[in-house]
Amino acid sequence: MSPTLTDAGVAASDPHDGLAVLEARGSTAETFGIPLAVLAELTHRCPLQCPYCSNPVELDRGGSELTTDEWKKVLTELAQIGVLQIHFSGGEPTARKDLVELVQHASDVGLYSNLITSAVLLTREKLSALADAGLCHVQISFQGNEPMVADRVAGLKNAHQKKIEVARWTRELDLPLTVNAVMHRQNLHQLADIIQMAVDLDADRLEVANVQYYGWALKNRAALMPTLEQIEETSRIVEEAEARLKGILAIDYVVPDYYALRPKKCMGGWGRQFFNISPAGKVLPCHAAESITGLEFESVRSNHSIAWIWQNSEAFNRYRGTGWMKEPCKSCEFREIDFGGCRCQAFALTGDAGNTDPACTLSPMHEQIFKQAELESATGGDRFIYRNFAGGTPETGGDHGA
Amino acid sequence: MATPRNRNISVSETSRPVLPRHARLKFDETRKVWVILAPERVLAPDEIAVEVLQLCDGVRSVADMVDHLAAKYSAEREAIATDVIAMLQDLADKGFLTEAREKTA
Repeated sequence: MSPTLTDAGVAASDPHDGLAVLEARGSTAETFGIPLAVLAELTHRCPLQCPYCSNPVELDRGGSELTTDEWKKVLTELAQIGVLQIHFSGGEPTARKDLVELVQHASDVGLYSNLITSAVLLTREKLSALADAGLCHVQISFQGNEPMVADRVAGLKNAHQKKIEVARWTRELDLPLTVNAVMHRQNLHQLADIIQMAVDLDADRLEVANVQYYGWALKNRAALMPTLEQIEETSRIVEEAEARLKGILAIDYVVPDYYALRPKKCMGGWGRQFFNISPAGKVLPCHAAESITGLEFESVRSNHSIAWIWQNSEAFNRYRGTGWMKEPCKSCEFREIDFGGCRCQAFALTGDAGNTDPACTLSPMHEQIFKQAELESATGGDRFIYRNFAGGTPETGGDHGA
Repeated sequence: MATPRNRNISVSETSRPVLPRHARLKFDETRKVWVILAPERVLAPDEIAVEVLQLCDGVRSVADMVDHLAAKYSAEREAIATDVIAMLQDLADKGFLTEAREKTA
């Protein structure tokens, strides 16, 4: 049979990028299309203190957050320009008292809504209200498969038990569930048990996401970096589980950049399919983009429409397509496959966001970061710096900041 | 521990398939194309798939759908049945169809 479905390329692991099918009709731009999905970071407030958080180290304060009416206006505008999916994230999105109202508004304007949550603030009533408001999908983060490791990583007592409870409610309410397991050196030994936990929770999907080193995670890199042996074992476990659990649990696997051979097609290409809105309303090509100094980002509070910002702002156009590339990207046969990897990582590791992402073996920096990763995985201490508004708190003895 | 629920279904004429709650079939007014929205994915089903998917309401059986399509296109029932079941099975294997059950929205 001829292909029934064309994948629009949102899944990072899917090699078939059918975006052209969607871009071919109705597109107003020449080199990029209409954005498919937006990550709405409703707040940077969060009861957890995970050391691998991808939020910027400079967090937006509660007082600067967009109001309910401002978010509603944003959601309406997104639907009007053709955005299809909205991911409510943070920080912890359920820390916003107006979340049900915002999900309802997303439903009213026809957006597919996904809640990306730590779950610890949810009650069964709140979850039920979110389901009634039309929430399409719930993604709950887990830090391990049992409280000893998980609560220490989260920096919050009883967090793990609460997450298990909320995951059960999610399925009782017939909401689809993704378990998001962020993996690093200090919990990778639990991976097989985490997979079983996802099966026991009746999750539809499991994301095995190796930490990506931005924001707080970069600060904690030496305490989080897995060993090469761990990564090899991880790949083996995931492969075995994917085969064994076909039809029961879908598994998405995110390999760690530093041990990769080819860079990830970050965000599906800069300014090509997605963008992010920060708690204070900045429109960002990705959630880590503010780490690149020298780029100016427009706000939804400016006089510009979101469509104008997407199409015309300097920050979006700077790294769009392939015109900005230097060698080895410029003449590389993969330049439109991975768009040179991640701009934020290139900036963090080389000081120039226009360089090739060192995750790529063709980067002159690749060997160096690979060795750095190996060294940190072997000699880095295990103590964390916990994420908070005070710029981070070093882990002390027994009470792990909880 | 209970045996984990297998989400994959085996499509036959008696099946009453429906899109699972996490998958939404929608006409995208901006791009003028039908899409299936799922977590982390947007898919563009072809015209035939859209027509069949619109019949998947969890009430209609596959046999009913085949009758409907055979009448509409004045086509041989057997040929339509083979194509429709193959297509639905393909969609089910990819996780975009499930068997109707009580609470599925």
